[in-house]
Amino acid sequence: MNFGILVNEGPYQRESSDSAYLFCRAAIDAGHKIHRVFFYHDGVYAANKLTEPPQDDRHVVNRWSKLAEDHGVDLVVCVAAALRRGIKDEILAKGFRISGLGQLVESAIHADRLVVFGD
Amino acid sequence: MPTGWSYSATERARTGAFDLEENAGAIKKFMFVNRKAPHGSVYALEGLEVVLISAAFDQDVSLAFLDDGVYQLVKGQDTKAIETKNFSPAFRALEGYDIEKLYVERESLEARGLTEASLMVPVEVLAASDLAALMAGQDVVIGF
Repeated sequence: MNFGILVNEGPYQRESSDSAYLFCRAAIDAGHKIHRVFFYHDGVYAANKLTEPPQDDRHVVNRWSKLAEDHGVDLVVCVAAALRRGIKDEILAKGFRISGLGQLVESAIHADRLVVFGD
Repeated sequence: MPTGWSYSATERARTGAFDLEENAGAIKKFMFVNRKAPHGSVYALEGLEVVLISAAFDQDVSLAFLDDGVYQLVKGQDTKAIETKNFSPAFRALEGYDIEKLYVERESLEARGLTEASLMVPVEVLAASDLAALMAGQDVVIGF
């Protein structure tokens, strides 16, 4: 199955960003395809390369980047939500790109299922 | 296209990266489910931005309002005292985007002492069970 993913919560405050990532990895491992991961609301903070968690904690940002690198997953950050929160090209982590909400709607149209993580 | 709603033009200009031609023929049933009060969190405002963008894709779009989400449609909103944008006029502009299917859950209205007359736009008030049936018939359900 071809999945579209929507991440609506920021990393660390809540588990949604973790669940989205773990879902993607499990789906890929099971032979499914992730059409795109779209980051919206506070979800855009997952693209901040300045993120530096303690060493014994998981690195939410880097593991998204690695997923993009290893499996070619398209990581898209909503431009309007990102600019509101100071997420700009200068601090964008590897594998992420900034684009419009149209990318979310397009993903929902093309994917077999759109799976939403977060409130 | 209605004027006075600044998100539409700006947002559409920002979405240049997608190709509308590519989507020709694919029409899905989208339901946006609004569950939160208009203020207190950003979900309602940013949710509405997605709704407006979806109109550009010629999809079968409907909106459902339940729980505190019914407050989004209440008439006479004034946000001056909380110094945030009053985006409620945008709901009146939805018709201009051909988004005319607005459903409100009866139980949520009643629990909050509201009636259809409290709302700023024409809506269809449905019992939770009927709304659930509508939801089950959608291709894409996005909740904000």
